[in-house]
Amino acid sequence: MRRVFRLIALAAATAGIAACGSDGASGPPTLNLYTFTAGSGGAFEAAVKDCNEKAGGRYRIVIQDLPPNADDQREQLARRLAAKDASIDIAALDVIFTGEFAEAKWIVPFPEAQAEEVRRGTIASTVETGTYQDQLYAAPFTSNTQLLWYRKDRVDSPPKTWDEMFQQARELGGANGVIEIQGAQAEGYVVWFNALIQSAGGRILSSPTKVDLPDGPTRAALQVMQTASKRPFADPSQPTQAEDEGRIAFETGGPSFMVNYPFIYPSAEENAPDVFKNIGAARFPSVSASEPSAPPLGGLNLAVGAYSKNREESFEAAMCIREPRNQLLATELGGLPPTQESLFDDEVVRKAYPGFADLMLESIKAAGPRPATPAYSDLSLGIQETLHPPSSVSQSDASTLRETLQDALDGKGLL
Amino acid sequence: MSSVAAKAAPPTAAPATAKGKRHLTDKQKGERKLAYMLCAPAVIAMLLVTAYPVLYALWLSLRRSDLRFPDASEFVGLTNYITVLTSSTWWSVLGATTLITVVSVAIELVLGMALALVMHRIIFARGPVRAAILIPYGIITVVAALSWQYMFTPENGFLPFGISQSALLADTAGQYIAIIATEVWKTTPFMALLLLAGLAIVPDELHEAAKVDGATAIQRFFRITLPLMKPAILVALLFRTLDAFRLFDSAFVLTNGDFRTVSILGYDQLITRLNLGLGSAVSVLIFLCVLIIAALFVKGFGTAAPGAGDDR
Repeated sequence: MRRVFRLIALAAATAGIAACGSDGASGPPTLNLYTFTAGSGGAFEAAVKDCNEKAGGRYRIVIQDLPPNADDQREQLARRLAAKDASIDIAALDVIFTGEFAEAKWIVPFPEAQAEEVRRGTIASTVETGTYQDQLYAAPFTSNTQLLWYRKDRVDSPPKTWDEMFQQARELGGANGVIEIQGAQAEGYVVWFNALIQSAGGRILSSPTKVDLPDGPTRAALQVMQTASKRPFADPSQPTQAEDEGRIAFETGGPSFMVNYPFIYPSAEENAPDVFKNIGAARFPSVSASEPSAPPLGGLNLAVGAYSKNREESFEAAMCIREPRNQLLATELGGLPPTQESLFDDEVVRKAYPGFADLMLESIKAAGPRPATPAYSDLSLGIQETLHPPSSVSQSDASTLRETLQDALDGKGLL
Repeated sequence: MSSVAAKAAPPTAAPATAKGKRHLTDKQKGERKLAYMLCAPAVIAMLLVTAYPVLYALWLSLRRSDLRFPDASEFVGLTNYITVLTSSTWWSVLGATTLITVVSVAIELVLGMALALVMHRIIFARGPVRAAILIPYGIITVVAALSWQYMFTPENGFLPFGISQSALLADTAGQYIAIIATEVWKTTPFMALLLLAGLAIVPDELHEAAKVDGATAIQRFFRITLPLMKPAILVALLFRTLDAFRLFDSAFVLTNGDFRTVSILGYDQLITRLNLGLGSAVSVLIFLCVLIIAALFVKGFGTAAPGAGDDR
């Protein structure tokens, strides 16, 4: 018995020593970068390697892997930060997390000098996603946007509006009349709804705590959702299809239209050469002909954890990771668009988006970001619960949605 | 818990009736003390891992507590419960969960009984057959649910005929069918196993005697086997009903969290919204539902319930 206790005591002591060793005072501090890496083609590893070399021994960045899906990333980061985890030095945040993390004081704003440097030359819409209450909390690293992908062999000129697209799809009919959207109950569905309402000239929130949803644009957006859920436009599994399922369906050659991120382009080249030959890209369609569309905006911003013991070095490292040369690496290796406007003229970007690099830039600049609010996940859940599946959407949802979302923002109500 | 402690006391003190407790010998007292000491670690561990979280959840459910707004925590009394109970979402989700529970447990009972009879009566290849029946239960639920999800998806599904074209998981009725099918496939073996144990306690002599008296196989099943198996059936039904009511993993995986059971509803409040107050209220209500189900079973089956007297 006594021997067992002694062993346990010994084990505990060793563990204690080991724990001390990792953040000992001597040597350069280790900075944990929490980010997803799957599907990025090694872009993050390459950027980290570059910065560790440039740091000249002032710090060493180590990647801690997160799940590929944004909802899961948020879950893990939020749980750690709510428990005041000091190991999170730098976190790669999806564009929608800024408000929530900033309000909860889980991340700290960039010092003004560095914020100024970030704003210089960076596309305004992407800076906006990292800004909360006029302070820059997260520095844009990569961006992303959805385009309209269509079959050049079936469609002469790409549609400008959803109604035009429905018209063209109806003429094609059958399996070729399918329009791939993100119909699964997930963040992608909210992305779609937000793009529709902004393309109709409305917005979801007027302030971080107040629902807007003006009647006219809301009804117009709901109308598009209703139509898109009908035959022949709806894929039979539309309510369960997210971005990747849509890509797979498009690669079968049936559908003639799809709204999706540019990752589908290299994928089609590899998996479906016959489809790839005929893929055309156009701007995300608008809802009304008089209003320009507000395409979806994605991307990844770098924020510094509030409980990090190496704040100064973390800001420095974040600035290094988003240096133009590393943004180009992310484009080259992972197909992720840069956030620095001038880089869209670079050969690397031109090669990654053959023929549609300018379109990407135009789309990112015109994009309508999703609302910035600390209660974003409540908002997202409320939209998904009220408007899913697409076939259940009706015009009366406009008022239900306003009530549900206001309750969600106020932290009231079950969702 | 108390019955566990009583059983731990050595059975040598044969007439240890309630009355006899006052006249314990020193030896008996010492043994009893030892028994309590032996039980203590388990009881303390149980208190730490179950009582503390349950009480903490109860406390949280009476507060406005949101991980994102740590400064806004305050005591709000029953507000969270009122929010949940006045929400149409809660009632529709509760209805859906109840429907799935009743239908899947009913199907499992019938199929499980058939499989139990097969396992009980089989003469050749007894081991392999029993093992084969138990395989689904040995597969991890998430893995099983993922395979079913693939099967139900048109692009890569492997269901025959036109079934796979109808995208079962895309509409509510289809989701019910898919979830119930997955649940039944997965847990019928468990039901069968519990019922097999019940079948084993039915003495063969009774069957022989009834046979001599001219009873048919069906009469013997309903008049002899079923009544004698009542306690085993009760236990099987109780276990499965409680499990089915708390269904989470297979529904979550099959529909990506689209179809909501009460557990998934709690998950959405707790994990997605980080609203600990509201989420804890949902959890406590689920706990109460489970208690009610258990109480109804024990009441409904009366003396047949294990621990209610002559369950031997």
